[in-house]
Amino acid sequence: MKPVVVVTGRGVPLDRSDVDTDQIIPSDWLKRVERTGFGAGLFSEWRDDRDFVLNDPRYVGATVLVAGHNFGTGSSREHAVWALQDYGFEAVVSPRFGDIFRTNCTKAGLLPVQVLPGVERRLMEAIEADPSLEITIDVARGILEAPAAGITAEFPLDEFTRDRLLNGWDDIGLSLRHEADITAYEARRPDWLPTAG
Amino acid sequence: MPGQPPGPRTLPDKVWDTHVVHSARDEPDLLFIDLHLVHEVTSPQAFDGLRLADRTVRRPDLTVATADHNVPTLDIDRPVADPVSAKQLEVLSANCAEFGITCFPMGHANQGIVHIIGPELGLTQPGMTLVCGDSHTSTHGAFGALAFGIGTSEVEHVLATQTLPQQRPLTLGVEVDGELPAGVTAKDIVLAVIGCIGTGGGMGHVIEYHGSAIRSLSMEGRMTVCNMSIEGGARAGMVAPDETTFEYLEGRPHAPQGMAWDEALAYWRTLPSDDGALYDKEVLLQAGAIAPHVSWGTNPAQVAPIDAAVPDPDTFDNSEDREAAARALDYMGLTAGTPLRDIAVDTVFIGSCTNGRIEDLREAAAVLDGRRVRSGMRALVVPGSRRVRNQAEAEGLDKIFVSAGFEWREPGCSMCLAMNPDKLAPGERCASTSNRNFEGRQGRGGRTHLVSPAVAAATAVAGRFATPDTLAEVAS
Repeated sequence: MKPVVVVTGRGVPLDRSDVDTDQIIPSDWLKRVERTGFGAGLFSEWRDDRDFVLNDPRYVGATVLVAGHNFGTGSSREHAVWALQDYGFEAVVSPRFGDIFRTNCTKAGLLPVQVLPGVERRLMEAIEADPSLEITIDVARGILEAPAAGITAEFPLDEFTRDRLLNGWDDIGLSLRHEADITAYEARRPDWLPTAG
Repeated sequence: MPGQPPGPRTLPDKVWDTHVVHSARDEPDLLFIDLHLVHEVTSPQAFDGLRLADRTVRRPDLTVATADHNVPTLDIDRPVADPVSAKQLEVLSANCAEFGITCFPMGHANQGIVHIIGPELGLTQPGMTLVCGDSHTSTHGAFGALAFGIGTSEVEHVLATQTLPQQRPLTLGVEVDGELPAGVTAKDIVLAVIGCIGTGGGMGHVIEYHGSAIRSLSMEGRMTVCNMSIEGGARAGMVAPDETTFEYLEGRPHAPQGMAWDEALAYWRTLPSDDGALYDKEVLLQAGAIAPHVSWGTNPAQVAPIDAAVPDPDTFDNSEDREAAARALDYMGLTAGTPLRDIAVDTVFIGSCTNGRIEDLREAAAVLDGRRVRSGMRALVVPGSRRVRNQAEAEGLDKIFVSAGFEWREPGCSMCLAMNPDKLAPGERCASTSNRNFEGRQGRGGRTHLVSPAVAAATAVAGRFATPDTLAEVAS
């Protein structure tokens, strides 16, 4: 994973709640065995609507998606994260994320910015008023700022995840530091536990 | 756990504590994973990741794969028509062969939806940790296992290490007390729970379902309830193991036998939450007040009792819910105030990891015996697994379905998520026993209403949402 230190860019207001991962990337796209190329499928059913926000030329090139609560609910498909990244997003802002989606984000290096309810609304309104509004999200400080709109908001990130993002550490490598502990645990598991054989 | 006060603990806490491989301040616990279930959709990129990093599968003996999401439910003795699906299925078999993983491909006697085959093979047991790259992994919690869905990066992590770093979740106790009214099923319980807590109510939590109504459920019913925990935002749902659990497990192919059974049983009996153990949050429902439910919107919290009408968006408390309801009615082509029982349906789908088990098929067949689906209705039964299909045929259920006008299909996920050819056309309306009524879930533009198998079967006969008690008597 590439380190994620600071995300700076413009935003897109996606004024919907309960955006599930089936909307982010419909299941037809899940048949692919690659990890890239999902951007074309991002919100594909909604993008057919000319008025959908991603079709608005004012938001072309934005890197921060701002959405209503319960973003990324439903299916565990990490393809949703890959689609957002492939399209060009580096961070998603919402008051609440689906648990699995949020974890998938931090594993793949898409920044989930969980703000207090209401912040997302102020941010969406500010972006609509000025699509060129610059948003800066600082991972080390855990702060989102849009100075021109007078918005400053903290967001939670546990220390372990923060360090992993800042350094781009390999998550599997981190667990394998405890190889001896894993082996010891395996040795004390009861024999009656099921195996595939 | 050494150093921990021996206070009363909940079932989720006990299973968690038993699986901690490494624990440190300011770090997630590293949990050992007892069983990793794999399917074709969320695994190819994980296997690629292993190859790129020159890693291998640490415990192929604790990993089981099957093909379910993409498999066609017709003509399975011919090559898969969709070349992209065909490739994904081939890649699963090839990856499993390369890394030494047991795989049940299309047509295999043990093939089926991953959450159906784990329990029926006895691979899912109380007190285990179990993961799969699929959000409905919560199903297995019905056995008192801690089971949750993961993304592809985590699939790769488990393949490589048989562990996962996890933050300990909060616990949500959902108590359902009393006796269910006649015609009300496990599906209605969980739809009522989600309607109560909302799609985000369980986020950050593991749900433990308890109370006399949960105790009275069969294992199949408990699986239906736990299955949809994720629809209430909870990654995992659990039910404490009891005699119903042990009876279901005994004699299954992978269940312990002889002395090992006695040892396992003694351990399983220690798992239920201790008296005085506290949940972080609690919800109480009275079973007697639960009616058969139908979803009217585009998320699983947008549900109502079947005797209700489509709600008026203006009656919701906050603006986001009002907007979501208005958008849902627009997508669903529904008008506020329409009685749910007046809504005509084009398609009925019985199946999925929520309601594709033998008991679900029995429940639907009991309604359909001696009846016919309404003329013009497309009606499908897709058994959850090959074993379920065989058992249903042994019981003659297939004949009841076929005589009633249902198509009797091969096992798989099918129209639950429309990755195979079983899809809704735009605007088509479906009464579905599956788990998600998201926009386009069953096919682009399709309109999904979540119901129990009994309501699905009655609806197929009536042509509109119906309960079995309102159907005309079968002529004798």
